[in-house]
Amino acid sequence: MLSEYEAVIGLEVHIQLKTDSKIFCGCSTAFGGEPNIRVCPVCLGMPGVLPKINKRAVEFTIKMVLATAGTVHQESIFARKNYFYPDLPKGYQISQYEFPIATGGAVIIKNKDGEQKRIRLSRIHLEEEAGKLFHDTDDRCSYIDLNRCGIPLVEIVTEPDLRSSEEAYLFLSKIKQIAEYLDICTGNMEEGAIRCDINISVKSKGDKNYGTRREIKNMNSLKFIKRAIDYERDSQIQIIKSGGNISQETMLWDEKVGVTKLMRTKEESEDYRYFPEPDLMRLEITPEWIERVRKTLPELPDEKYRRFIRQYGIPAYDVGVLTSSRNLADYFEVVALVSKQPKLASNWVMVELMREIKETDISRIKVRPENLGTLITMIAMGKISSRSAKDVFAEMVRTGRNAEEIVKAEGLKQISDKAKIEKVVKLVLDNNRVSVRKYLRGKEGLFGFFFGQVMRETNGRAEPGLVNKILMDELNKRRGQ
Amino acid sequence: MDSDFEKLKAREIAAKIHSRVISSVEVTKYFLDRIESLNPEINAFISFDHEFALSQAKRIDNRIGSNDITSPLMGVPVAIKDNIQVSGLPTTCASRILSGYKAVFDAGLVEKIKRAGLVIIGKTNLDEFAMGSSNEYSYYGPVKNPIDNTKVSGGSSGGSAAAVAGGMVPLAIGSDTGGSVRLPAAFCGVPAIRPSYGRISRYGLVAFASSLDQIGPFALDVTDLAMLLSIVSGYDYRDSTSINVPIPDYASILKSGLNGLRVGIPKEYFGDGIEQTVRLAVNDVIRHLKNDNVELVDISLPTTKYSVAVYYVIANAEASSNLARYDGVRYGYRSDSIESLFDLYCNSRSEGFGQEVKRRIMLGTYVLSAGYYDAYYRRAMKVRTLIRDDFNRAFEKCELILSPTSPSVAFDFGERLVDPLKMYLSDIYTVASPLAGIPAMSVPCGKDPSGLPIGLQLIGKRFDEESVLQGAYHIERMMDVV
Repeated sequence: MLSEYEAVIGLEVHIQLKTDSKIFCGCSTAFGGEPNIRVCPVCLGMPGVLPKINKRAVEFTIKMVLATAGTVHQESIFARKNYFYPDLPKGYQISQYEFPIATGGAVIIKNKDGEQKRIRLSRIHLEEEAGKLFHDTDDRCSYIDLNRCGIPLVEIVTEPDLRSSEEAYLFLSKIKQIAEYLDICTGNMEEGAIRCDINISVKSKGDKNYGTRREIKNMNSLKFIKRAIDYERDSQIQIIKSGGNISQETMLWDEKVGVTKLMRTKEESEDYRYFPEPDLMRLEITPEWIERVRKTLPELPDEKYRRFIRQYGIPAYDVGVLTSSRNLADYFEVVALVSKQPKLASNWVMVELMREIKETDISRIKVRPENLGTLITMIAMGKISSRSAKDVFAEMVRTGRNAEEIVKAEGLKQISDKAKIEKVVKLVLDNNRVSVRKYLRGKEGLFGFFFGQVMRETNGRAEPGLVNKILMDELNKRRGQ
Repeated sequence: MDSDFEKLKAREIAAKIHSRVISSVEVTKYFLDRIESLNPEINAFISFDHEFALSQAKRIDNRIGSNDITSPLMGVPVAIKDNIQVSGLPTTCASRILSGYKAVFDAGLVEKIKRAGLVIIGKTNLDEFAMGSSNEYSYYGPVKNPIDNTKVSGGSSGGSAAAVAGGMVPLAIGSDTGGSVRLPAAFCGVPAIRPSYGRISRYGLVAFASSLDQIGPFALDVTDLAMLLSIVSGYDYRDSTSINVPIPDYASILKSGLNGLRVGIPKEYFGDGIEQTVRLAVNDVIRHLKNDNVELVDISLPTTKYSVAVYYVIANAEASSNLARYDGVRYGYRSDSIESLFDLYCNSRSEGFGQEVKRRIMLGTYVLSAGYYDAYYRRAMKVRTLIRDDFNRAFEKCELILSPTSPSVAFDFGERLVDPLKMYLSDIYTVASPLAGIPAMSVPCGKDPSGLPIGLQLIGKRFDEESVLQGAYHIERMMDVV
């Protein structure tokens, strides 16, 4: 059934900017805490207040535009979007309408088979966040928290270039990744730092005309976005196959039931009466300003990906994982450069380190990347066995001490002293005369047992290659006796 | 202590205070008494607060005692229109919807007034949210004209004009969106100026139409007015539309009068519909200027006929959005009969706003609606540009434009309430200059046979308040002589 039809999807992504202060006043943009503490007359919309644009918010927006190859307009205009809702103290949201900060640009997504697709952007603009309502069904009251009110939001609108929930997922992940690289958003979707509205229609494959679209409002989880799109696509296909028509409607995703529900019909849709915001001047962005911002741009995910492959010669899969976040990529680079062992560094970061940061954030992990680099150097130089290295690493995670210090204190340094190992080997063989006899009569599988005994006696510190050789020599010597 | 302070100019009172002949407290008490006795009849003040005023006056006396004199008007009382925030005092905007609202911060110009050491004595009456030309649309009742209390004071800053004209306070602050400072000034016979858009911070002025609103002072004569204008002008980082340009010492340049200034007479401002007495008075001034060898130039502002229409489209559009915040959710009036969120909005706003405000919100909502935006708002914005161009062209030939302030003198109560369009046409001479963002003032130029004041309007180039004030000073001196 699905193969005849395909979804046509466009997204409106909202990204909360992590500027220190709000877009039009000096209040903090921090998340959580007591309600209505990070507010002032301006973001509360008290009579007589005026907005004052936060230049950092404009700069963050310019960064996003440059990172997605859009065109920053030298002149753009803020506009009022008028509607009544208790989370909107002024009765209008300051946004942009006819003249956004930027138009055009694109984002490249890559599916798991490595196929690339270019998703075009129609526009990027800057606007303010509304407050938050809490409905208490027990006392039938609604409560308003205006802390969030006035946090800057960048809205990214795509062309209808996406064709599946998977592509939408990849696009959002990419936007999240870019925002994180640019350091303009916390990326915390649970806190609502990235949200999106989904416009979706279905059409027969090969049909050039798009169907009528519905909009799913205010999604903030990648998992639910996928589910909501799949559900909505299937339900639209059902309607069409049973001879019905899709009408232009706004839907809400009900995550408890796993369905989209009608929020309002086209007839009920609001007329926002946009008009230019008279309290703000036109926003002028000079070419010099754009260039100044361009100079502050970090290496972006795609560039970093290509460079890692070129510079470190590690597999594409590894590079994909390592560059998924800027912090992880930066961490890896230090480990690789300190240890001069890119492949080993990649293994350690992807397995041992990522196991640890599953529980926490990479910025909170106590192991400094240069210390992990040193540990890997020690492995590579044979100063420590891989087995011991894992214990050292565990200790580093716990205490944040550096590798050399731990190895020294715990006496974990690899034993490469031939005489020392010979002594242990002799001791092990002397203590196991029966087994030695069995071995010499042909039960060669016992070699592993002797080897294990030697390693146990040395707490795993003996250099394995050396143990192997000395054990072989010593057993051969005893053959003649 | 002599007891006729209401006959003195603000600078004369200040001089007495600064030389310790009297104290600011004494002066403040004197005017509080005047307000107590006159306000029940005139209704110029919505609120005044003895304790609030006298504690300021005491502090100011202390500062003067230690020779900390921060302005030439220090110690003199001033009244503030009740759509401007003074921290701790109510701000009503003469609307029921702001019942119980107390300001939580000082407006930008209030900060300047406090720094200059003027005593804020009370908040003056106005048309609800400054929407009106007669001050009859106030939840707190109309303001009566102190010259003839059977006549309106003019609006919307009727309280500020009447307070000064009636000797209840020597200085007052109003606001002017389409003539709200100049019209009541003309009707009450005092000078008042609406400076260039961006000259005085709008921070703390409750917005009616943001792209047109501008604060303006009232005084008993042009010199006091010039001094007060210097005090309240200036850049404010909190107002993005305020402009950082130098503030001249306006009082010091008045004496050169119209010397070297060319005065344009726009034919469109002397057409039909102008009352004969007003026409005669203004023509009289023109004749005298000719005799004084002032260079007079005939000019034309052909877009004048569109200005009332353009003004009411733009002002109401902005108002419909600016007044959306009065929704009964966070402060002010909330209806008792609420069953739903819709009721909360609809009933609070229906009961909280007066009929003129609701009329304008509806008109403004209409002109911004999908399908009508292009025909009304967008077109009005285009014509606004043409009006600005008209003025620019005219100012190639002259430095000042002279006209009547209003086609009529103060009218009877109720006369224009029945016909909103007629009320709107009271603004016919005053709405064009705000659309162009340029300064304009009204200066008294005589009286009609029944003694009602007539106002003359002078319009200047953007940020050229000097020429406007010089012209007004020239005419004021001329009136003293004739």
